[in-house]
Amino acid sequence: MKNADIRYLILGNSTAAVGAIEAIRKIDADGAIVLIGREPRHVYSRPLISYLLAGEIDESRMDYRPRDFYARHQVDARLGVRALRVDPRLRTVRVTPVSADGSERNDATAEELRFETLLIATGGAPVVPPIEGRDASGVFTFATWDDADRLTAWIEKRNAQHAVVVGGGLIGIKAAEALRARGARVLIVEREDRVLPLGLDRHASSMAATALRDAGVDLECGTIIERIVVADGVVSGVTFHNGRESSCDLVVMAAGVAPDASIVHGTAIRVDHGVLVDARSETSVPGIYAAGDVAQGIDSLSGASRPIPIFPHAYRQGAVAGTNMAGGQATFNDAFAQNAVDVCGLSTISIGLATAEGGDFEVLTTEDQTARTYKRVVLRDGRIVGALFVGDIDRVGIFTGLIREKIDVTSFKHLLLSGRLGLITLPEGYRRRVVSGEAVAV
Amino acid sequence: MKRIFAREEYCLGCRLCEIHCLVKHSKSKRIIKAFRREQDTAAPACRVEESGRVSFALQCRHCEDARCIEACITGAMHRDPTTGAVICDTERCVGCWSCIMVCPAGAVERGRSRQVASKCDLCMGEDTPVCVMHCPNEALVYEER
Repeated sequence: MKNADIRYLILGNSTAAVGAIEAIRKIDADGAIVLIGREPRHVYSRPLISYLLAGEIDESRMDYRPRDFYARHQVDARLGVRALRVDPRLRTVRVTPVSADGSERNDATAEELRFETLLIATGGAPVVPPIEGRDASGVFTFATWDDADRLTAWIEKRNAQHAVVVGGGLIGIKAAEALRARGARVLIVEREDRVLPLGLDRHASSMAATALRDAGVDLECGTIIERIVVADGVVSGVTFHNGRESSCDLVVMAAGVAPDASIVHGTAIRVDHGVLVDARSETSVPGIYAAGDVAQGIDSLSGASRPIPIFPHAYRQGAVAGTNMAGGQATFNDAFAQNAVDVCGLSTISIGLATAEGGDFEVLTTEDQTARTYKRVVLRDGRIVGALFVGDIDRVGIFTGLIREKIDVTSFKHLLLSGRLGLITLPEGYRRRVVSGEAVAV
Repeated sequence: MKRIFAREEYCLGCRLCEIHCLVKHSKSKRIIKAFRREQDTAAPACRVEESGRVSFALQCRHCEDARCIEACITGAMHRDPTTGAVICDTERCVGCWSCIMVCPAGAVERGRSRQVASKCDLCMGEDTPVCVMHCPNEALVYEER
């Protein structure tokens, strides 16, 4: 490229990218922003694909930001373009247009973009277990709008009635719920001994399992699928580890997502599971940042370096990157897991080390079987490090705030699950800060 | 921007703020009807908290660093460009409750009649929010700080 270097080059077109763009434009009104998006679509909300598949919303509600978003923020959005390779030494990214069928065109159409600052926000990619038959027609992943469209088309064309969902985590549950809403019979197969094993403890998980079964979703936990049975290239069933068979006419692979860091592998940019970033969202190479599901930072509660692929972090990490790219100062030091998952009408919210037990952890629980509610709070050294609310999720954010700010709750521990916890029962200094609307500084 | 602040030393705990908030956001806009018949569908976005002799009213803080906006999966939760208020566009909200998950004030609620987030909108279009206007002891003020 003979053109001037791009002031801000952003790879990815989702939550983290939007966070970065909005933060950059608060500081720098007109520095050039170029965005590379693989999907030829205006920025949309990925979590909404399950609502779209279920038919609860139409396509017009998929936009994450208004249609004039790029124009209003002066973003040169190149959509339907894929980043192939980052060269941190030359400070270039090789990009190429994607054909309508999703494949890359030949290398002749590729070009090198030179950047001053770079944000890698390429997100995550579905993990597809190496099960025999996974390439058959009727096997889907569930991560993008196209996935939802392909599932819809398959169901309509084949009149598919029996679905098997591989994985009982967040994506599997949402896929199952949506397929059920469309009238399909659904079986979830989960390798662990319970659904949502990462966010829910055994008791909460059994409540979720009941909600699923009540909604007509079948569950098989503690087992794996050995083979997808294929007839004439098309899915016809699955075989379990124990040899049992179950017929189906579609399979959704929902075994998790992994950071999509392939474009930086083998470069000076350090990668573990995801692209390693510090609290400024900067990678091991100065001026190159990463944010969202592709990134790996420090979990502030466990102290471990790990990807935390959740929506609110993607935005904040992107915004922190954008601020720093534009010459401002921002850090993100309070990352921890936070998931709100509605399971067939049963609200669940899981925050931090919600399932921790034993050792240094003190666990408080309360339950109302009639109302189908359950709450669990995990403390360590007088501070809350985890919270799990099922059925009744009102004001759970107060707990999130106490976790984030590491407030000593010893003096009001007896109120935590009493139903009388409010701002008024919190330490005055903290309460005044929350009420002031300053919340916490970025 | 102007925000609503409670002066807890003046709060009587009378809950008129809750009632007027409910009426303002009701269908009928009539106090008796709204209070008697619309409690199932309209919820006050203002909540009086009490502990012993101390009480105060709490609404959305319209935070500068609003976690709810970042966490919103649809973009429904947004900052009004002219007033600076944090507003939920209930036509876009899908009721995922991410905002409830992250609000440190516990000031966002599940809507009672629809699966959408319900919160203080500073009585959009009014010079003074009704909770402030109707507080009999000026325990609520609407001002810049």
